[in-house]
Amino acid sequence: MSQPIRVVQFVNQFYAQLGGEEKAGLAPQLVQGAAGAARATAQILGAEGSVVATLLCGDNYAAEHTESAVRMLVDLLRPLQPDLMLAGPAFNAGRYGVACGALCTAVQAQLGIPAVTGMCAENPGVDLYRRGLYIIETGTSATEMLPALTRMLALGRKLLAGDIIGRPAAEGYFPRGITRNELATHTAAERATAMLVAKLRGQAFETEVPVPQFEPVTPPARVADLRRARVALVTDGGFVPKGNPDGIEPMAATRYGGYDVSGKDALLAADYDNVHRGYDTTYVKQDPNRLIPLDVVRELEQEGKIGALHDIVYSTTGVATTLENSRRMGQEIAAKLKAAGVDAVILTST
Amino acid sequence: MPTVQVSTMTPISVMVGANRIIPAAGIIHPVGHADLPPDEEKQLRRRIVEQALAALQAEVQGPTVFPSPTS
Repeated sequence: MSQPIRVVQFVNQFYAQLGGEEKAGLAPQLVQGAAGAARATAQILGAEGSVVATLLCGDNYAAEHTESAVRMLVDLLRPLQPDLMLAGPAFNAGRYGVACGALCTAVQAQLGIPAVTGMCAENPGVDLYRRGLYIIETGTSATEMLPALTRMLALGRKLLAGDIIGRPAAEGYFPRGITRNELATHTAAERATAMLVAKLRGQAFETEVPVPQFEPVTPPARVADLRRARVALVTDGGFVPKGNPDGIEPMAATRYGGYDVSGKDALLAADYDNVHRGYDTTYVKQDPNRLIPLDVVRELEQEGKIGALHDIVYSTTGVATTLENSRRMGQEIAAKLKAAGVDAVILTST
Repeated sequence: MPTVQVSTMTPISVMVGANRIIPAAGIIHPVGHADLPPDEEKQLRRRIVEQALAALQAEVQGPTVFPSPTS
């Protein structure tokens, strides 16, 4: 039997079992052996290898100081010289997925160690990092931790053995945009026609060239005269009036609300609440102006620096929100703003 | 509709095609900071908003992250 595989795994504060959002500010650190979710990896490895160390970093720290966090983590990893690096799986946790992607990319590039991560299709880490990394596709729920880690390890083993990695669908990773020449049995014309016929018949077909998910947005023209401009405030930070009258969901929102702020010089904590489940909302509940800068924008309006602060503030929850619902809500809000004569928007995101 | 996004995770903003992007003061307080005394915090908020307004008045060719007003 070959040498046991030495693995290092990266997890966030939650999967290190150190806490939730209140620990999201944890700086990068290393724990000997398998900690938290890495214990599942050790279990899967069995006699085949071991998790020699677990790296961890809080989600907010990683999001707010990505470059230095990655540098610190790479420095912690370097002396260990593991055979394989695993990160996550992050499922649908956005900050975590981005941290996993950033770390794995650096580990591959700087240490030459094969790195595999995993997350769900709509995790922003996918589109940011899939071209350079093997990212195993997972669902959104941590209940599938064992199958996800199993697939990550399987791919990791192949990388270590120098095996040819098969197609994305076969190995379970997100397409990396790599083109490999294959001999086809039919010409391109025949394949395209077959697809068209299937499409016209309403049958399933598989495209050979998937259209990228994010089309470039033509930059709207700049605001020519700010002193005449009506400026609206919008947020995805989960801001709601007390009682959440519109029932905005705490995750995967399908609804947004518009709230009248006319005559208000500031947002008072007593009048508002926050439903967002993706970050620690303590500070924006203490002072909602930390999320929607109403007090400052009102002052700027009074000073004549902007034409007007729009009467309505729009809000929804931006965690695990589907792209489809995000687009729809964005379009609906934009239509309302346009109809009301708004010239520009400040969108504050958490 | 000219829109400026104040966000901590600016690479995501760039990825999805936001054209005017301002780095925020943190995940848990995009336009504030719990560690600062109230008047300093308001000054920080003002700096971020002024940078956001400057971005709205700027010509851009594509996703542009403006310099952080919090440094």
